[in-house]
Amino acid sequence: MFIESNEIDKTETGLQAVSSTGNNTMNDNGSAVSHPDSADIDSRTSSPRRGITNPLVDERVKLAVQDLNLFYGEGQALKNISLDIPEKKVTAFIGPSGCGKSTLLRCFNRMNDLVDNCRIEGEILMDGQNIYDNKIDVAELRRQVGMVFQKPNPFPKSIYENVAYGLRLQGVKSRRVLNEVVENALRAAALWEEVKDRLHDNAFGLSGGQQQRLVIARAIAIEPEVILLDEPASALDPISTLKIEELIYELKDQYTIVIVTHNMQQAARASDYTAFMYLGELVEYGNTDTLFTHPEKKQTEDYITGRYG
Amino acid sequence: MKDISSHTHHISQQYNRELDEIRTNLAEMGGMVQRQVNEAIASLIDADMTKAEAVVRRDNQVNKMEVSIDEECVRILARRQPAASDLRLVIAVTKAITDLERIGDEARKIARQAISLNREGASPRGYVEVRHIGGQVSRMLSDALDAFARLDTETALQVVQTDKTVDMEYGTAMREMITFMIEDPRSISRVLNIMWSLRSLERIGDHARNIAQYVIYLVKGEDVRHESFETIEEQMRDES
Repeated sequence: MFIESNEIDKTETGLQAVSSTGNNTMNDNGSAVSHPDSADIDSRTSSPRRGITNPLVDERVKLAVQDLNLFYGEGQALKNISLDIPEKKVTAFIGPSGCGKSTLLRCFNRMNDLVDNCRIEGEILMDGQNIYDNKIDVAELRRQVGMVFQKPNPFPKSIYENVAYGLRLQGVKSRRVLNEVVENALRAAALWEEVKDRLHDNAFGLSGGQQQRLVIARAIAIEPEVILLDEPASALDPISTLKIEELIYELKDQYTIVIVTHNMQQAARASDYTAFMYLGELVEYGNTDTLFTHPEKKQTEDYITGRYG
Repeated sequence: MKDISSHTHHISQQYNRELDEIRTNLAEMGGMVQRQVNEAIASLIDADMTKAEAVVRRDNQVNKMEVSIDEECVRILARRQPAASDLRLVIAVTKAITDLERIGDEARKIARQAISLNREGASPRGYVEVRHIGGQVSRMLSDALDAFARLDTETALQVVQTDKTVDMEYGTAMREMITFMIEDPRSISRVLNIMWSLRSLERIGDHARNIAQYVIYLVKGEDVRHESFETIEEQMRDES
């Protein structure tokens, strides 16, 4: 079962920052101890712009993409992508339409399996386990890796039932448990105060921004490890957008978040790391601060400053 | 390292123009300040009162320019949310104009010393030092502005280095002035006027160095303030 993947020795993945249980690198306060690269971290603090090629030296890797190629029929949508997604951080994918950022995002919970002529080469390791392995239970994977889409897609049910849906599917019947989970999820999604008096109203009565937060509440009710956000705020007004961004900031304490966005300022505001993709290739991946003040590649610079490519 | 001067244009022509405009205005303000410095030095050495008074009067224009360029920069930040090299340009310009304005103030101080020397009778000594150090800092300023306009980090680096020489020469000149005051106490007040002027020139050198450091920040993305010349040189070698 997928849940046992923590037993697998992740050092096999060749990632320095990965430990087999996750307890080795972090003490109770969450600060790094006896980290293999602690010397590197010290040298980096004196000059933060160094080491752009490996920006994740002091992070624990949640998802590791290795030499990923993806084809839709004859066309290649992703070309030799390798990157590490750090745990409990926000990673943003930016790039022009058709650059493959959403395709890459969908690879993390195997949404591309649903596309008929889609073929994938390479590996994506979650906690060291290849999620494209035959032994993987895809339904279980998607429980661990939740996803939120561009347009809010609540079910035609009450607010309460939307959030409780995943648990009911898992066979949870206890009213007490359901009440607790629904409240916690709605609180975590910063929606509780707005809906607590009308939990049994239809979800379609909510505003777009509220619906999107409801969908996020539904995603976190089943306690995933990773949340994928595909343009979560592009259909929302600026205030709702800021609420979603604030929510992302709150959620990263508990979840690994990957967000695809067309809004570069949003990536700059909300993410810790940013990957710039162009025509199916990963052009530059680094610390968000660095990428938006001093990118390495001219292509990145042109894109984020709004110049002709 | 990519060359940010050869950038392709923004998709927004208007944005392009706005960025060009702050660069042009910076160059214009730089030219105005440069002239203030040169005339202030000349007014002191030649005891030219008309020139000195004109320098004092014109400082107001320099101040106004600082305010207006600052407003443009704030507007660009608010409306365009510049990123990467555009962001660094706007930041470097806002910093550079602060230093230019201060240089303007120092030029005004020198002109005031010239006026007061003219009233009290010329100082018996110190003009050679003023001419020498004045010439050096004036060149530093024009090099720094040039480096900014051409995004030339080599020249910027030279300005940083020259500032060290100027600081040393300033120390020597100070000691000389003190010796002279000991020898001839009657001249103290007039020599002090020269000392204040030398002090202003030294400060102008420091501001020119700051501007040169913003050029390095603008082009390389490295903040090199408060770093030794050797460290800066090393960082720039690593980068290129």
